[in-house]
Amino acid sequence: MDIIQFIVEPLQYAFMLKAVVVSIVVGAACALLSCFLILKGWSLLGDAISHAVLPGVVVAYIIGIPFSIGAFFFALLAVVMIGLIKTNTKIKEDAIMGIVFTTMFALGLILISKVTSTIDLTHVLFGELLGISDEAAIYTIGTLTLVAAIILIFRRSFLVFCFDVVHAQSVGMRVRYIHYAFLILLAITITGSLQTVGIILVIAMLITPGSTAFLITKRFPVMLQIAVVVSVFSSVTGSYASYYYDVSTGGAIVFLQGCIFLLVFGYQTILSKMKLKTKVQQMS
Amino acid sequence: MVNAIEINDVSVQYDGNFVLENTSMNIPYGILMGVIGMNGAGKSTLFKVIMGLVQPVTGRVEICGDPPSVSQKHGHVAYVPQNELVDWDFPVSVYEVVMMGRVGLQNIFKTPSKEDREYVENALTKVNMMDFVGRQIGELSGGQKKRVFVARALAQGADILLLDEPFAGLDAVSEKSLTKLLVDLKNEGKTVILATHELTSLPDICDQVALVRKTIVAYGPTKEVFTRELVSKTFDGIMHNLKFDN
Repeated sequence: MDIIQFIVEPLQYAFMLKAVVVSIVVGAACALLSCFLILKGWSLLGDAISHAVLPGVVVAYIIGIPFSIGAFFFALLAVVMIGLIKTNTKIKEDAIMGIVFTTMFALGLILISKVTSTIDLTHVLFGELLGISDEAAIYTIGTLTLVAAIILIFRRSFLVFCFDVVHAQSVGMRVRYIHYAFLILLAITITGSLQTVGIILVIAMLITPGSTAFLITKRFPVMLQIAVVVSVFSSVTGSYASYYYDVSTGGAIVFLQGCIFLLVFGYQTILSKMKLKTKVQQMS
Repeated sequence: MVNAIEINDVSVQYDGNFVLENTSMNIPYGILMGVIGMNGAGKSTLFKVIMGLVQPVTGRVEICGDPPSVSQKHGHVAYVPQNELVDWDFPVSVYEVVMMGRVGLQNIFKTPSKEDREYVENALTKVNMMDFVGRQIGELSGGQKKRVFVARALAQGADILLLDEPFAGLDAVSEKSLTKLLVDLKNEGKTVILATHELTSLPDICDQVALVRKTIVAYGPTKEVFTRELVSKTFDGIMHNLKFDN
């Protein structure tokens, strides 16, 4: 089978075409956001929000509204609770996040076990990209395209916010608005990615591409580009792997991203060792 | 003429404790002032009040005749952070950091205009860092790092520069050249205020000194204020190896 046929053949199926388009949009939006998240040191927040949306999915099912809306509501609830506890206690933020997201996740587990058995927990946790419904695909593509556009349009403000919030504030930038805008974008991205890679693996989508790009470049605009390329490549390749080898789509995407990160890390470590060696040889 | 900074009976509270109490001070334009005091004496809080980052529970602050919220919009006050508070691995270049000085004056998309670029280049020339524009900020020496942030303050068009521990970790040569830069800026009419622990060189650099201990213990011309008696009062008397003129 030649390579073109290998690529084109699966796209004849509507479900696969849909999956590839969705995975490209999810990959790109998550990658852009991940660059800011890892620089701001907020990776754990993505982790927290993604777990916290579980009860939202179940509640949405019970009252018959789209999953994403329920998830989004609980994402905001998690953010508000973390903020509330942080301002009123001296407990460190990572501990607060840990308490809030595990409690909400646990609530989600209870609700699923008690209220309904029709929600497939593994689908919520790990996604079901190849089986995504038309409505869910449209929702994901719509919201995440919007998220990606907003991040790109306001990237300079977000960058200042991540780099030096004191400076941003001292020249009159509304850092509180930027802060919440950023969290809302994060919440939308997580809920939008729910069906693609699930709420557990979206954490990887929000951390790994930015980290890989950070290893490669010291220039932020380039970092954004590399992250998007790495993430979209992994997403599309992962979808194909899932199609041809019948493995978990979310698993394939995230595993591929992790492998690329390790490859880059390995290559750079060897390279810097070699450079050091030649330097030492030149000196002696 | 109004002062660069007027602080009138300002008190600041954190978690119910006063970190600054009934603090008053007027700082004229075009001087170099050293702010000294023990760790936790309130130097940082004083800076935050001037920048408008902290709202005092009582009192009033005026920057160039305006309240801090208005002066922020004009970019009157610029802050040069301590080296250890900056993420030096952050993927931004010297040029990009200095351009961040312009964000308060740009439109919502923060797209650099020709004027912005001119300001940035002038600022970089002024601090003698034009040869390093493309460098990632972590690839600079301690003194160069400071210069970049001073350039950001200049690009901002600030009249008042606040520097937090600018000499910490600098070697003697870098310290000397940074001092010269700050004195040059002062001579051009900028108001330069630095929080420092370098008490030995203080009388040579600063026109005025402010002694901070939960309030302004004393402030004014260095000769009058930087005395054994007042400095001892500020530092609990542990000042044996300092030499005083009077």
